Amino acid sequence: MNIVERPTKIRTSGLGSCVGVVLYDDMKRFAGLLHVMLPDSSLGKSDCVNVAKFADTGVVALIELLKAEGVRTQSLKAKIAGGSQMFQFGSGDTIRIGPRNVEAVKKELKRLSIPLVAEDTGGSIGRTIEFDPATSILNVRKVNQGSKEI
Amino acid sequence: MITEMHLDILKETGNVGAAHAATSMSLLLDRKIDMFVPNVELVSFDGVFNLAGGAETIVAGIFQRIEGDLSGSMFFVLPLESANYFIQRLIGDVSFDFNSPPLSDIGISAMQELGSILSGSYLSALSDFTGLKIYSTVPSLSVDMVGAIISFGLIEVSHHCDEVIVIDTQICEESAVGRTSIDGHFFFLPDPSSYTTIFRSLGVS
Repeated sequence: MNIVERPTKIRTSGLGSCVGVVLYDDMKRFAGLLHVMLPDSSLGKSDCVNVAKFADTGVVALIELLKAEGVRTQSLKAKIAGGSQMFQFGSGDTIRIGPRNVEAVKKELKRLSIPLVAEDTGGSIGRTIEFDPATSILNVRKVNQGSKEI
Repeated sequence: MITEMHLDILKETGNVGAAHAATSMSLLLDRKIDMFVPNVELVSFDGVFNLAGGAETIVAGIFQRIEGDLSGSMFFVLPLESANYFIQRLIGDVSFDFNSPPLSDIGISAMQELGSILSGSYLSALSDFTGLKIYSTVPSLSVDMVGAIISFGLIEVSHHCDEVIVIDTQICEESAVGRTSIDGHFFFLPDPSSYTTIFRSLGVS
């Protein structure tokens, strides 16, 4: 989880079942990126809690970071990518983990009334994403499929 | 608390498994293949990806879940160049190329079988050594970025912590001109809930 200020871009590589959540504001100055691994923090089994890896705690934590820079929650928008199912079998929490991460992120955005402007999610393919706060464009690159902008 | 001594013991154990897997792979490919465990580390998630060349490196990866007395994930990852070389030899078709999907069923099957044979010999050695019953699920193939592939095996781990014990096995080919690293890796990521079981079976607590 991190935030950047224009003109710095922010990226994360090799997203599989994880979901990259970009929050940015209309003023096109600040943007934050969150890397969600699991849908629900109640799945955590230890004390070493890293709020950034759960959808339900991560989105709120990223908003707090942006608020500290003076960004208003009401002007935030979201773009998301990732949430693949890399392997078709699994056990326990790995079953449908990609789609469940996407659903959890969307639910949280809805609860916080943050509009989801664009998404590139699902499938069984890895993604590298890069967001440019100056243009609000999210570049999504996949193996053998080139890149696209959303 | 995991100490250097714990990691050293896992390294020794890993080397026993690696030696068995190398023998199987040498027989299968009719090449002298050597495998060894350079070290066993407690690393961050990014650290795991870096061992295999970074999150964005494109590889052919085989994933298997480990079940039985202990649980965990096993990955066999090869750079596409090495994977092509091995699979072309195995199926006798030099036109096979992981860079050009759709992949032929026989090529996919050969890669899965290679992963399965390696993990099978590795795990049976580990099982003999520890006295634990260890099974693996059927192998599954993905040709994609290292981060996307291996993070699937970190989901279970991430419930507990942000660091994981990695038993990394490097794969080399020995020939008349010397040893060539083929940059292949074989990762064993035990689930944190199994750490105690493994150490107890090896006589440490």
